[in-house]
Amino acid sequence: MTVPADAARRRIVEIFISEEGPLLRRWSQISGAPIDELRDLHQALRTALAGDADLADVRGLLGELSRARARQGYTPSDTARVVFSLKEAVYEQVEADGQGDALRGFAWLSRLIDDLGLFTFETYSAAREKIIIDQAEQLLELSTPVVKLWEGIVAVPLVGTLDSARTQVVMEKLLQTLVDTGSEHAVIDITGVPAVDTEVAQHLLKTVVAARLMGAECVISGIRPQIAHTIVTLGIEFGDIVTKASLADALAYALSRSGVQLKGAATTRVAVRAERD
Amino acid sequence: MSGPQEMPIATNGDVVLVRQKVRSVAAEIGLSLVDQTKIVTAASELARNVLVHAGGGRVEVEKVSTGLRPGLRLVFSDEGPGISDIAQAMTDGFTTGGGLGLGLSGSRRLVDEFDLVSAPGEGTRITVTKWSR
Repeated sequence: MTVPADAARRRIVEIFISEEGPLLRRWSQISGAPIDELRDLHQALRTALAGDADLADVRGLLGELSRARARQGYTPSDTARVVFSLKEAVYEQVEADGQGDALRGFAWLSRLIDDLGLFTFETYSAAREKIIIDQAEQLLELSTPVVKLWEGIVAVPLVGTLDSARTQVVMEKLLQTLVDTGSEHAVIDITGVPAVDTEVAQHLLKTVVAARLMGAECVISGIRPQIAHTIVTLGIEFGDIVTKASLADALAYALSRSGVQLKGAATTRVAVRAERD
Repeated sequence: MSGPQEMPIATNGDVVLVRQKVRSVAAEIGLSLVDQTKIVTAASELARNVLVHAGGGRVEVEKVSTGLRPGLRLVFSDEGPGISDIAQAMTDGFTTGGGLGLGLSGSRRLVDEFDLVSAPGEGTRITVTKWSR
């Protein structure tokens, strides 16, 4: 570093330290961030500037700040503005100082702040991505409930895409529920599955076979006309697995298999459904 | 007609995106619900084949037309190992990927036009078309 540049750097650090009070107030005003949060940042930055320009502490604080903001739902611009607004606050002090050294020093500090701003941006988006991944995992858990329809009959309403990971979760939950409730009948409802391709079919078949191994009988329900069409054209065979058009049919079937007598309504309901389809 | 739209197939998530795209375009050109489901299922099979057998590739989604009838054309291409025996690959129940062995043969039945170009080491290119009735 040349001597004048060194002097410029010294001058800007002097301003940075001596004008701490007004600088912090102005910074807080422009960025809209609480002054306490900024004081910590200022402290870390000051130590780094006065010393060997090691920005590890500053980056640590900024990382925390942007992660917290990503979680609280701030926009990326709001988050980056916290850093970039320091430039404006410092520039006002530099202008008041009015010397060439300070201005040259400002150019140097400005580059440093840009780097920190970009770092904030990166941390912010990394934090956002982490949130999305976490939510996808939560969704996987949430979207596969196993519900008890009747004594000895459980149902799994499947909604959305059925991939390997989901099938694994569904299968585990279903098998565990079969044990817990001592159920002998399970209804897998695929009304909410938009397309049944060979992978989905294979997953379904495996789940049914696994349930059978545990002594439970599975019925697949919610086969809509277009799905039935597609399954036949693809050439998928469900073999001896019982399939029904609606969940109501599947329940009626499971009830009759487990020996529950329904008074009157059951046959009528099936007829009504057939007409509507 | 608008030009083809290209989508990458690199992850399972991409297969879902391809499915959604094909469904929306199929609905746009007025395919019936059954035909929509068929072309979406075929797209799902072929996209997964690209992913499983070639490790990734791309698909072009294009609206086509023969005068009065609109249609939907999908071109799946990859730079994977290719298929050495196409006749065998097109047989029901033949699988090298641990599936049901119906993906390729079933897809051919789901669409109106099916064209497969492949050679060992040359990658695979499958063009399928579904016409509105």
